[in-house]
Amino acid sequence: MSVVPAGVGTADEAVEVPVETPPGRPSGPSRRPRRRRKPVGGATASVALWAYAALALIPLVLMVSSSFRSNGDLISDPLGAPWPLSVDSYREAWTTGNFATYFGNSLAVTLGAVVLSTTVATMASYALARGRSRIFRWLESLFLSGLMLPIHLAILPIFYLFDGVGLIDSRLGLALMYGASGVPFSIFVLTTFFRQLPGELEEAAVLDGASTWQTFWRIMVPLVKPAVATVAVFRFVPIWNDFLFPLVLLRDDAKYTLPVGLTQFFGENATNFSAVFAGLVITTIPLIVLFLVATKQIVAGLTAGMAK
Amino acid sequence: MSRRTGLLFLTPALALFGVFVLYPMLTAFSYAFYEWQGTSRGGFSGLTNFTALFTRAPFTTDLPRALWHNVAFFLGTMAVQNTVGLTIAFLLHRRDRSRRLLQTLYAMPYLVSPIVIGYLWTLLLSPTFGPVNTLLTKVGLESWALPWLGDPDTALWVVILVSVWQWIGFPVLLYGAALGGVPEELTEAARVDGASHVQAFRRITFPLLVPAIGTVSVLTFIFAMEAFALPYAFGGSTGNPAGATDFISLLFYRTAFDSGATDAIGTSSALATLLFLLIFGGAYAATAVLRRHERRITT
Repeated sequence: MSVVPAGVGTADEAVEVPVETPPGRPSGPSRRPRRRRKPVGGATASVALWAYAALALIPLVLMVSSSFRSNGDLISDPLGAPWPLSVDSYREAWTTGNFATYFGNSLAVTLGAVVLSTTVATMASYALARGRSRIFRWLESLFLSGLMLPIHLAILPIFYLFDGVGLIDSRLGLALMYGASGVPFSIFVLTTFFRQLPGELEEAAVLDGASTWQTFWRIMVPLVKPAVATVAVFRFVPIWNDFLFPLVLLRDDAKYTLPVGLTQFFGENATNFSAVFAGLVITTIPLIVLFLVATKQIVAGLTAGMAK
Repeated sequence: MSRRTGLLFLTPALALFGVFVLYPMLTAFSYAFYEWQGTSRGGFSGLTNFTALFTRAPFTTDLPRALWHNVAFFLGTMAVQNTVGLTIAFLLHRRDRSRRLLQTLYAMPYLVSPIVIGYLWTLLLSPTFGPVNTLLTKVGLESWALPWLGDPDTALWVVILVSVWQWIGFPVLLYGAALGGVPEELTEAARVDGASHVQAFRRITFPLLVPAIGTVSVLTFIFAMEAFALPYAFGGSTGNPAGATDFISLLFYRTAFDSGATDAIGTSSALATLLFLLIFGGAYAATAVLRRHERRITT
């Protein structure tokens, strides 16, 4: 499937395209100042748009503010303000609720999987972009077919595969699985990117006596860094959030990732609202941080995902 | 690059992808056509596992109900994101200063784990302490302060609306990108010729947006058919209350890991195969229709 409507990939740049300069103008500041365009709907629409932003954010704000209040406060006044700030709920979730363990597991599994799939996909994409033999075209479509596969439906064979090789209840197994499932998307984005790089750079490197590996590692990889960042950031989110695989493949409480640990904690502490809120925030914080430092990569990944 | 070096570069990715994605995916289908006794595979059984899904309890009641919920989930999501989402994207697309910030704000819930979203809204909608019902009571809407998630008549719609709330940033972003690609000269020419904003949108902008809407629809379809974590957070693996939030993936999970039936592997694999065919067939058909439309507007 490749349904890429015009304009995708230039989501935010589309309107920045300078208006064509009429011919015959003196070369001064050659760009005519951009005409201010009237937004559709005027002020009424502005109010509506900001109101919707509030609707999108208030539940998340409530989640954070409630996590800083005591359980008694929450029950007597669910909408109260979080002063004075209390971090007791975090202490409870982090230590008694085992969130410290879950957090470490999630971080290890997610980072491991992202590094693994990004590394193998970068190598593979270079070969797919530069290889001329027909077998590369064939392999490329094999990888891209993986974009369409709902991998969650293969949970049973994965379960028995892992059972056979001792990877049940193993964080390594989970990381390998996520690493593999990220390969199609990563290859899809990276191959496109490698293809846009001019071949002269490599020819020059080869003339200077560099091996293929040196050319790849010293010249090409630094050039595709932005795409690698997009892929890594964009894969981080679904792996961090995934629920079915750890639910089925992990047994031991000490190996749980956050979504499964959270489910267990919620089941046992459903009435300890403030501690549950703290658990929700702990599970979400890395994604918020990631979003703030890498908004551009996430937006790029979302629009790239559209083309699959 | 020589063919040999190229294949060497490809080997790690191929091995990983082959072992953990392709092989399980292909065996997943083969499981459905065998007889199973616990974890030991018997002989080839043709379509027996599939017919069991339509003739045996609990499938005869659970499967149609779950399927309907998936379809309602898809249609409900489509209805909201193609009205509210598209309107937001349209209102946003000429706001050069605030657009990026607003798009970012709308996309925030999208990042959060569906499990977290499910538990968050369970707490927010809690009848005993939930801020939502507290607020409704405060503004004089006591009659609206209902146990939204406890009532089988409303629970499914809560799941759908919460999911839309979480996802809306995605269509807004993609429709925004597509709107950015509509040449302004076209709409301006129409305006000069006396068309209203609404007419210009309906006759010019909208037809050019159809490919984007189609893509979003296909992705929404796949997403809706696979829904698992969000309903699990709301209603557990049995789709409480009273199966009102049951979905095919939950039924699959129950069959495979909770049912204890001796042929669980066979029937659950058959269910997975059907779901795969549904997703793949639906996505494929939609894409074919879309391609035809694209050809029509580009030639």
